[in-house]
Amino acid sequence: MRREPPKSLADYTPLFFPAIMLVVFFVMPFSTMIAVSFFKRDPAGFYTPDFVIDNYARFLSAFFGRVLGFSLMLSVMVAICCVVIAFPFTYMLTRRSRAVQTVWLVCLLSVLSLSEVIIGFAWSTLFSRTAGITNLFVWLGLMQEPVALLPGFGAVLTGMVYQALPYTILVLYPALVRLDPTLLEAARTLGASPVRAFVNVVTPALRNTIVATLIMVFVFALGSYLLPQILGRPQHWTLSVLITDQAIYQSNMPFAAAMAVFLVLISLALVGLTLLVGRKENAL
Amino acid sequence: MKQMFLRRLYFVAVALFLAAPLIVVAGVSVNEKQDLAFPPVGFSLSWYAQIFLDPEWRRALIASVVLALTSAALAVAIALPLAWFLWRRIAPWANIFQLLGVAPFVLPPVITALGFLTFWATVGLYGQPWTAAISHAIFFVTLPLVTLSLGFASIDRSLVEAASTMGADDRTVLKTVVLPLILPYLVSGYAFAFVLSLNEYIVAYMTIGFVMETLPIKIFNALRYGYTPTMAAVSVFFVAIAALVFGLIAWFGDIRRLLGAMSSEEN
Repeated sequence: MRREPPKSLADYTPLFFPAIMLVVFFVMPFSTMIAVSFFKRDPAGFYTPDFVIDNYARFLSAFFGRVLGFSLMLSVMVAICCVVIAFPFTYMLTRRSRAVQTVWLVCLLSVLSLSEVIIGFAWSTLFSRTAGITNLFVWLGLMQEPVALLPGFGAVLTGMVYQALPYTILVLYPALVRLDPTLLEAARTLGASPVRAFVNVVTPALRNTIVATLIMVFVFALGSYLLPQILGRPQHWTLSVLITDQAIYQSNMPFAAAMAVFLVLISLALVGLTLLVGRKENAL
Repeated sequence: MKQMFLRRLYFVAVALFLAAPLIVVAGVSVNEKQDLAFPPVGFSLSWYAQIFLDPEWRRALIASVVLALTSAALAVAIALPLAWFLWRRIAPWANIFQLLGVAPFVLPPVITALGFLTFWATVGLYGQPWTAAISHAIFFVTLPLVTLSLGFASIDRSLVEAASTMGADDRTVLKTVVLPLILPYLVSGYAFAFVLSLNEYIVAYMTIGFVMETLPIKIFNALRYGYTPTMAAVSVFFVAIAALVFGLIAWFGDIRRLLGAMSSEEN
């Protein structure tokens, strides 16, 4: 059946339900949030309609500048760690048999779908004094007595890398699995070792994929909201944590909305950048 | 030889990193006493029984399962006609709906969650259980949309062409040719949405968090009062469900293709 342009109104019928649902329950909530970001806070209820830009002016303060700076720095670190670990891993995975790949993909999807609550709980247990990894070190005779490894920056970073690693591997997987095998054969025939072929042929060929993945993982990490709370101290809180905090505990919806709109703008700019990088890749 | 050894080592290291927190949690979940200890002291499965016996945990479990079942069904109901329309018709502007379907998944979840909170509060429906189902359906519509688009793309158009030259109308073609062909993709899309909804915290919390507890909300709330082995048991339970569902998808379908490998014939 060839694709045809819709001729009558009846041809549009399948589109009705999805269009209504997406407009009413996605476009409208989004617009409401943007509107609320200009409203005034009402300590008694949610907000009162108004048009003020205080909410935006407020995060030009040094405090929010610091939080934003920390969020960006943390997300950059998570993205770099994940891509550095995941790129060679995913490459090796795509060279393995289909059965091995399938088992790994099932495991990666299972970890990826884990709730942030559970990841936070699991790592806080692993880093705790009573039930943590240091007990193992004591048992092995490497340490005198168990210590708590949290809260702290290291714990937050580890938790977030854990959360983003399966995502990174699954984002890299399609590009690496589709990599033209003749490219490698050529390199091997010319006498390159597997490691050399990987470093000198595979990595440069997928430079744009790597850049696009870095940006995608960065946006993913930017969305982390529970791990900094569970594994870190208040100075490790990110913009996402502050948004949740303002919306729920401070019930300052307009301010939370203004921060969310700001986060949308950053994310959209980065997603746009990813698409631009991706397009260049396809043009090659 | 040395390289193969290093490669093995690297795989084991990544596997250990991914498994370590889960191993500790699984160990904690079988402790005999209420203490959080690892290696576990004694062995008991009573904390698993608690999920079903303790009224609060059981209520959270039922709330989560009902929410995941309904929201995944609704997500498929939105994605199926949309994916079908995009495959069947040339209407470039309709791609905007595909973009809308993918957006909530690409943006940081806090944003979508806050959008729902402001929306439901503004229209005065805040806290109704069904609002969480709609919110989750929109939040996860991306998954069935992506799998179904893959499914439609895999259909050989000449096959459908043959059916319509034999006199079948759109409806008959859809029912007898197209639906059976995309059924595996539909099931996987549903399963992906189901598992992720079961694990989702922030959207559920911002829509119904003050009136109802789903399992992730219950775990997070319980975390504030200290750790209990029941949380560990619930966590293991979640991993098991996810592994089971994705394992079934891999068993009956082609998970590599669903995740972007070109076709099942290659490699």
